[in-house]
Amino acid sequence: MGTALDIKIKRANKVYHCGEVLSGVVVITSKDTVQHQGISLTMEGAVNLQLSAKSVGMFEAFYNSVKPIQIINSTLEMVKPGKLPSGKTEIPFEFPLLVKGNKVLYETYHGVFVNIQYTLRCDMRRSLLAKDLTKACEFIVHSQPQKGKLMPSPVDFTITPETLQNVKERALLPKFLIRGHLNSTNCIVTQPLMGELVVENAEAAIKSIELQLVRVETCGCAEGYARDATEIQNIQIADGDVCRGLPIPVYMVFPRLFTCPTLETTNFKVEFEVNIVVLLHDDHLITENFPLKLCRM
Amino acid sequence: RPPKGLLLRAENIGEFEFFSLHARIRNYTTEFESCRLEAVSLEFGDYHPLKPITVTESKTKKMSRKGSTSSTSSSSSSSVMDPLSSVLDGTDPLSLFAATADPVTAAANMDSTRKKRDKEDHLAVGSDFEPWSSKRGEILARYTTTEKLSIVSKVTTPGSAVSEKVRTRLEELDDLEEGSQKELLNLTQQDYINRIEELNQSLKDAWSSDQKVKALKIVIQCSKLLSDTTVIQFYPSKFVLITDILDTFGKLVYERILSMCVDSRVSLPDNFTPESINDTAKETCLNWFFKIASIRELIPRFYVEAAILKCNKFLSKTGISECLPRLTSMIRGIGDPLVAVCARAYLCRVGMEVAPHLKESLNKNFFDFLLTFKQIHGDTVQNQLVVQCVEIPLYLTLYSPAIDWILQCIAYRAPEGLLTEMMERCKKLGNNALLLNSVMSAFRAEFIAARSMDFIAMIKECDESGFPKHLLFRSLGLNLALADPPESDRLQILNEAWKVITKLKNPQDYINCAEVWVEYTCRHFTKREVNTVLADVIKHMTPDRAFEEAYPQLQSIIQKVITYFHDFSILFSVEKFLPFLDMFQKECVRVEVCKCIMEAFIKHQQESTKDPVILNALLHVCKTMHDSVNALTLEDEKRMLAALINGFIKMVSFGRDFEQQLSFYVEARSMFCNLEPVLVQLIHSVNQLAMETRKVMKGNHSRKTAAFVRACVAFCFITIPSLSSIFARLNLYLHSGQVALANQCLSQADAFFKAAVSLVPEVPKMINIDGKMRPSETFLLEFLCNFFSTLLIVPDHPEQGVLFLVRGLLNVIQDYTWEENCDDKIRIYTNVLHLLSAMTQETYIYHVDKVDSNDTLYGGDSKFLAEINKVCETVITQILDHLKTLGKDEALKRQSQLALYFFNTILAHGDLRNNKLNQLSVNLWNLAQKHGFADTKTMVKTLEYIKKRSKQPEMSHFAELALRLPLQSRT
Repeated sequence: MGTALDIKIKRANKVYHCGEVLSGVVVITSKDTVQHQGISLTMEGAVNLQLSAKSVGMFEAFYNSVKPIQIINSTLEMVKPGKLPSGKTEIPFEFPLLVKGNKVLYETYHGVFVNIQYTLRCDMRRSLLAKDLTKACEFIVHSQPQKGKLMPSPVDFTITPETLQNVKERALLPKFLIRGHLNSTNCIVTQPLMGELVVENAEAAIKSIELQLVRVETCGCAEGYARDATEIQNIQIADGDVCRGLPIPVYMVFPRLFTCPTLETTNFKVEFEVNIVVLLHDDHLITENFPLKLCRM
Repeated sequence: RPPKGLLLRAENIGEFEFFSLHARIRNYTTEFESCRLEAVSLEFGDYHPLKPITVTESKTKKMSRKGSTSSTSSSSSSSVMDPLSSVLDGTDPLSLFAATADPVTAAANMDSTRKKRDKEDHLAVGSDFEPWSSKRGEILARYTTTEKLSIVSKVTTPGSAVSEKVRTRLEELDDLEEGSQKELLNLTQQDYINRIEELNQSLKDAWSSDQKVKALKIVIQCSKLLSDTTVIQFYPSKFVLITDILDTFGKLVYERILSMCVDSRVSLPDNFTPESINDTAKETCLNWFFKIASIRELIPRFYVEAAILKCNKFLSKTGISECLPRLTSMIRGIGDPLVAVCARAYLCRVGMEVAPHLKESLNKNFFDFLLTFKQIHGDTVQNQLVVQCVEIPLYLTLYSPAIDWILQCIAYRAPEGLLTEMMERCKKLGNNALLLNSVMSAFRAEFIAARSMDFIAMIKECDESGFPKHLLFRSLGLNLALADPPESDRLQILNEAWKVITKLKNPQDYINCAEVWVEYTCRHFTKREVNTVLADVIKHMTPDRAFEEAYPQLQSIIQKVITYFHDFSILFSVEKFLPFLDMFQKECVRVEVCKCIMEAFIKHQQESTKDPVILNALLHVCKTMHDSVNALTLEDEKRMLAALINGFIKMVSFGRDFEQQLSFYVEARSMFCNLEPVLVQLIHSVNQLAMETRKVMKGNHSRKTAAFVRACVAFCFITIPSLSSIFARLNLYLHSGQVALANQCLSQADAFFKAAVSLVPEVPKMINIDGKMRPSETFLLEFLCNFFSTLLIVPDHPEQGVLFLVRGLLNVIQDYTWEENCDDKIRIYTNVLHLLSAMTQETYIYHVDKVDSNDTLYGGDSKFLAEINKVCETVITQILDHLKTLGKDEALKRQSQLALYFFNTILAHGDLRNNKLNQLSVNLWNLAQKHGFADTKTMVKTLEYIKKRSKQPEMSHFAELALRLPLQSRT
């Protein structure tokens, strides 16, 4: 298997912040000496926006996706054209993570309509006979921790048939009383969402209680803006007919990459919400929505 | 064929001349004196061959100096220098090491390791904690089902490529969530277990082929099975099976991360800190936790996280102590109380393994369980039970393994106060039987025993419906078997408990309880109470032959009684003991019980007994064992039974009442006629009895004792023929003959020897020894030599001819069909020459007290000697003939050996001053060397011996002989 190209980033978790130096090595392994026309390393960072079919129609969604917003882009010539000895060659590199002008290094985020991604790409150009070699590798950018102290914003909630909106026949609903609280809707991304929930009483047996983490992505474009809410994950916190009056912990770890501090820019927005979903045995679905504000401390 | 009788046959002499032995005159007394070893004074204390060899430098050196003690001390071999140690300059490398090690630092090291161990002891669980592995089998055996089971499983595509990207991994996880489902229905329990085992295997396979995501999927899939409570009676077993898989998974993950930390040859110490873990390992570990945190369903998320709880050690010091309470409260979300309590048990198990010092979450788990306890009687559970047709008492027993385990964890080395608090909490829940039972099985027996009366009161207060009460009494009984309640309460406890037990209607429930309480009764009370209890058991188990269903329990009762009553006279005076035995009507069980009793008897009976109660009872027991023997009984089984019966026979003694003793043996013979080893034992015992009598009478039998001894002899004589083993018969004939001779029963002795002689022709060529066919000749040879030695002192019968028995035996040997190509016959003949030469002596080498042997009878009569000579001649002729035939058959090696053997015989027993004999010996010597098959070393040694002998007085002719014996050097 001829020549192999690999990028090794120094930090095991590949996490960097604005202003830090991204360092690592490019590793080239080969049995024979390698003839090449130069090796370069490119660092790229961009926001990819996609319009959802729901807001603009299938056709447009396909063609009219918004142009990516470039955040950072720089290339480094590592090795001039020449030969590399056989065996393993390691070429160290360093990239300062700095942005030009008023651009901001947004935090890495993998979403549906908004994607913020940073990659390192190493290219080895070779003569006509041999194919060029490329290796790309993602690294992760975390925004700078916010200064100051996070003000916790606890929420208490009570769910009864009366508090529900969007009910067709309120009379058919079984009686229930669910109480609880979230420790804070202002959350630190690295800390779990916590709270408690008590099923004080419920006529119908409970099938399941779930926490649904939802991302709300807004993309602005010429025609206006598109706002879409999609599920990131669904975490069951109660399975079956739980004991009445016993507090059940609400606990959810925010998944890495799929969540980031709540983000608001001129072109796009990324926000998060959590739904507490109670599923009754007679297939009644009760949902209570809580907007969250995520940040990094 | 040679004609019968060892008469001289002239035609057979051939080229050999006609020889007679001319036995050397022996003076046994002086020979004995000269043969005796010289008394050598030994140096004590210096050396003992069995003393462990401790080689130290100084000692070896000293020894090498001392090595001059020459050949006498060479047997005490340590003075000889060990070549190995001499190479090492006399110093053993190990002792060198030990010497250089500073004792102070060594001691300090020891101290620190001990301290460390003490500390670890504090952290880890001691051996007094009953491990899960021992519970596991019990649970699997107890919670079974005949209902059909089903597994809802995902079709995992094999070989799915593992992408490095976290994103893809998470997508795969999602895949698993919504992936296609395959439902395996209608599995039998065994199929189900196999299927789970398959999953366990595929987990290991996936892991070893680096498909970590697939492995995780399998584990999630498995733990999902735990949320399924259809076929609820199987649930505890399912729990055990699946947690096995989780354990495997936890171990795999932990070891993988650990292996990532071992970067530079240095392995981590057991109590590493998170700081010493490198970033890659931490990142991998963190990845696992993030992945698990995103598992959708509650139960799999809980179990998988609990499985890798130990991995928290890599991330932070406080990780485990933070995780445990969180996982504990997470279980609150599990609606089904049984599923929840099992989850708690698992968490407690993992917690005890990883961090046994974190007691709070154990307690929290139990209190949480108490809080949710009311759910059991809630509608959801009740509806489920109705659907599955499971009764509430059965349902409640499903909780036992989990609650027992949790309580065991809590109670482990817990202070008394905590246990008391736990009990109070349980009481508050309205004396629930289920909890009470678990408390009794989990808490320390001493704790329970001390409060026995309280417990009995609580058990009584429990409501009848729900958890079965007999199980409660059983649990209490189990505790009382281990620990003693206060002295004053003991009788009351028994009364209270038995009052309830005796009222149990179902025989199975009854016997399960009774079995446990018998131990308590035996432990603290006398035979009177035990008798009452046994009587009660009989009363309950006899109607409708209920005992047939309860043999294991009944057996265990017997065993317990035997363990506590070592004195068999007391045991058999328990009136109901034998009637109790009568309940074992199935033969194999009955024999098992009998065996137990006999084993206990042999083990514990110190002194021989004549107690009629014991004898009667044990004879009955032995008879039962004996009567179980049939054509299908295995050899081993027979041997075992026989050994037990023999053990009993040996323990019976009527002291000086020999008549009674004999009649006991007679009775035993009639009872145990099918077991040969027992008959052999009886014959030996009777022989011993005869000798005992002789000893008492100091050799002078009165008319009465003579008659008694004859009765003993008669017993043997008629018993021996019933044995089937031919060598047993032969040896017993010989042995009994010797005993008869010793007791002056000459004609009886004759009869024994005649019987032995006439039995010899029946010896088969091959005999069965330990299931293998072996040639019998070595045994026959041994027996015959033994027999000849005895025949020396047997006086001739006045009415029969001279040497009647010897001639008879020789005839038999002559006619016996010997193995071809075998010289055993000739070897025997050569040995006969030893006998004959001993017979010609004026005074025989040994005698039986009060029996005149032939030396006294004939007084060296010349006719008698002539008879002996005649026999000698015949025998020698036979030997020489055989040597000649061997020469013809080219069996030269054998010829050489036999010739030398014969030569040695002549050397030892013949009078070599006789010219003919002298010439014969020279011829034999030459014959032995003729074809180069003689062992030169032996020949040289022999010659040396002859030369040495020649220096003794009256042996000068040996010198002459030596000159005539040339040594052939081998070319």
